[in-house]
Amino acid sequence: MSQPQPRTASSVADCRADFPILEQCISGAPLVYLDSAASAQQPAAVIDAVARYQREDHANVHRGVHTLSHRATEAYEGARDKLRDFINAASRREIVFTSGTTESINLVAQSYCRPRIGAGDKILITHLEHHANIVPWQILCEQTGAELLVAPIDDAGQVELDALLAMMTDDVFILAISHVSNALGTISPIADIIATAKERGIPVLVDGAQGVPHLAIDVRALDCDFYAFSGHKMFGPTGTGVLYGRESLLDAMPPYQGGGDMILEVSFEATVYNELPYKFEAGTPNISGCVGLGAAVDYLQSVGMQRIADYEHELHDYMVAELKAIDGIRLIGQATEKASVQSFLLDDIHSHDLGTILDHQGVAIRTGHHCAMPVMQHFGISGTARASLALYNNEDDVNRLTEAVLKAKQVFA
Amino acid sequence: MTESPASTEELQDLYRELILDHARSPRRFGRLENATHTADGINPLCGDKLKLYLQVDADRRIQDLSFEGSGCAISVASASLLTDTVVGLPVDEAEAFFDVITRRLTEGRVTDVEGIDIDKLKALDGVREFPARVKCATLAWHALHSALNRQSQPATTE
Repeated sequence: MSQPQPRTASSVADCRADFPILEQCISGAPLVYLDSAASAQQPAAVIDAVARYQREDHANVHRGVHTLSHRATEAYEGARDKLRDFINAASRREIVFTSGTTESINLVAQSYCRPRIGAGDKILITHLEHHANIVPWQILCEQTGAELLVAPIDDAGQVELDALLAMMTDDVFILAISHVSNALGTISPIADIIATAKERGIPVLVDGAQGVPHLAIDVRALDCDFYAFSGHKMFGPTGTGVLYGRESLLDAMPPYQGGGDMILEVSFEATVYNELPYKFEAGTPNISGCVGLGAAVDYLQSVGMQRIADYEHELHDYMVAELKAIDGIRLIGQATEKASVQSFLLDDIHSHDLGTILDHQGVAIRTGHHCAMPVMQHFGISGTARASLALYNNEDDVNRLTEAVLKAKQVFA
Repeated sequence: MTESPASTEELQDLYRELILDHARSPRRFGRLENATHTADGINPLCGDKLKLYLQVDADRRIQDLSFEGSGCAISVASASLLTDTVVGLPVDEAEAFFDVITRRLTEGRVTDVEGIDIDKLKALDGVREFPARVKCATLAWHALHSALNRQSQPATTE
């Protein structure tokens, strides 16, 4: 496997050149991509790693004695080691490859919770959650008679901590909370929340889909029980993701799906399940995708997560200040701690119209409810325009955004 | 950033004065008491939602209609224009409008149909340059079709 090249670039902003997709025009203007919270673009290193794997190394994993199968297994398992290192998990056995955050959360709901939970138990989430951290729990409640509790948020878009802590009672079976809100960018103080949950014996799942691309993650320092995230939000391929789970918990959990590769021995009388993490990886996995995800980790580490976080923080503050200065703008989500995202509305223009006008100037943003309809309901709106930043964005992008917003004002004047 | 003139023209073509006028002051907006037919229109992509109320008399003529809901300028303007267009029409004629308009916007087919005057509705033509917005423009029309055919499921543009 190729090792990450040490990055000599003096600024994170130089990373832009690593992303070939950004070198194009949309509607005659250079593309400004401000929708990384929906899906981040891939650096050439990731695209090339996937192509190289497909061209040179592909075969099924964990199965053959032939050379290609061995190489494929090395590449796939090598990616697992990189992911373990990336989030500082104690063991590679704690890194389960999934199709993304959604599958990771469903896995915990169905395999960890469902066999152990019943009527009278409570599942605690917050009002900030993405649908992927709401609906799997609603399904579980329907199946088991458990009750879903939702901790409130304030008008800045922050979880009301006192209320959340008060809701963490003995009958709460699990707390599922997002690290960073996808719709508003709010960073929740999960380390403190987890510490309280530990004191009260409540396991915690963190939806880290929007955390991993922007913050250095250390699952051991956080002391969370599960941390779920997606590859495509962190510059890797779609259809990849990880469930980190504390080994003692994963060990005690039954398989999520049955099939090949998750067994040691099968007969019609009894089947012996494979060891961790393979017990949770039934069927041929997304090998090339995971290879790409491993390359994304290499890429991020070559830049440095702390440098990325610092760079984005500064750019985020610039974006917020520039947007705020526009007459008629309403910022949705003004938490004290935020990462890379700003939702907004302009005058009485529908977000969908804003999105079209911006796209016509080459500026790609997300519009609508961002798969977080309860968040929109809290603010009494149907949706927002959302600009989200990644390491490849710069101040020019923000300036183009504000120019495009002013143009929208003109069109609707 | 200097932008190409074509880009501005297309935008102006999409957001014509008539569209903005209907979006800002939608006609027949609100709930219609005594409705004989209703239908919901939902665009799951962007969350546009509207409800159409129709009062159809014994001669199968649309005596009155209204709509309520929320959506982007295109979907609201299209719904408003729809009410202007089909009020007082026989059901069959309203259905013919549905057919002509949805074909015009989705397939770009601009055939003239006898007895169907779509003059005002040509204001919606700008969406043809914006594939992502065609569904906004056709939502109300799908709801109309669904209401007249008494379909129980909400009309969607999917």
